[in-house]
Amino acid sequence: MSMQGFQMDLVSEHRLSEMSPVEKVRFIIDEVKNGKILVLEKGLSPEEEASLIEMTMTLIEPDGFSGIEMESYPSEVDTSFLGKILKKNTLKSRLTVIGPADQLKTLRRDRNMISALISTNK
Amino acid sequence: MGVIRKFKKNFSDIFKRMFKKQNARIGIYGPPNAGKTTLANRIVRDWTGDAMGSVSHIAHETRRARRREGVTIKTNGSSISLDIIDTPGLATKIDFHEFMEQGMDEAESKRRAKEATEGVIEAVKWLENLDGVILVMDATEDPFTQVNVTVIGNMEARSLPLLIVANKVDLAEASPSTIRDAFPQHPMVSISALEGKNIDTFYEELAKRFG
Repeated sequence: MSMQGFQMDLVSEHRLSEMSPVEKVRFIIDEVKNGKILVLEKGLSPEEEASLIEMTMTLIEPDGFSGIEMESYPSEVDTSFLGKILKKNTLKSRLTVIGPADQLKTLRRDRNMISALISTNK
Repeated sequence: MGVIRKFKKNFSDIFKRMFKKQNARIGIYGPPNAGKTTLANRIVRDWTGDAMGSVSHIAHETRRARRREGVTIKTNGSSISLDIIDTPGLATKIDFHEFMEQGMDEAESKRRAKEATEGVIEAVKWLENLDGVILVMDATEDPFTQVNVTVIGNMEARSLPLLIVANKVDLAEASPSTIRDAFPQHPMVSISALEGKNIDTFYEELAKRFG
């Protein structure tokens, strides 16, 4: 009996840190359009999240790709002394789950818990 | 960027802010149907007598950002002039079938969905050109949406002021305290943009945050 299901890739912080912001967004979009669910160990920066939303919108097609479901925890602000001096907040991004909108559905989420439903039926 | 260059840039930003003549550009953001245009209309109507855009119960009614320059708000003896940008609702997915469920035919739904995607792109692009954001949330909905998390993250990363509006408190199921608990690090005002409830407190907070 063949096993049916979806593919889930757990992407380490190290793997993503080797990519530029553009490469990260491209990598995520390509994988998700192929039906994969990605779990990013360290997530994306807020700017990268915005870029991902922007690129997603350019690729939406009727009866095709309808977008992504993205679930990340709110970033944590690094309030170190140096950060305050530079007046630039350093945000610590956190675990993020991204998948095709027609397969991944958020059930519940709070500051420290994400509950999601993954469907094998499109 | 090196430390010295960052210092120079920050000093330059402060200098520009001290002597700038332009009004602060404030974007009204949020998910579709949170009441962004209703709030924009109320602000513009209260202080200029005009309206900003049309409102509908169907999501993505606003598909182009609208900008109203020089809205002067007077509160507590002081006044501030702002450029208000009402942005299309942000989303990570848009399915034309949802428009068909609202009674539109297929061709119209597809056209509308396409325009909605363009609207989201425009809203994202505006994020880079603002001095602050009013983030409107529907107080009857779960505040932990990706759109809210992403907008708040972008403002925090840029160290720009943010005011959260818990809208629709005229509805019995509204729970503004859930929003306050979700994002306790940012100021929040509970209002009904539709009925004008608590709108004076909103203007006072607006002047405090963006003045």
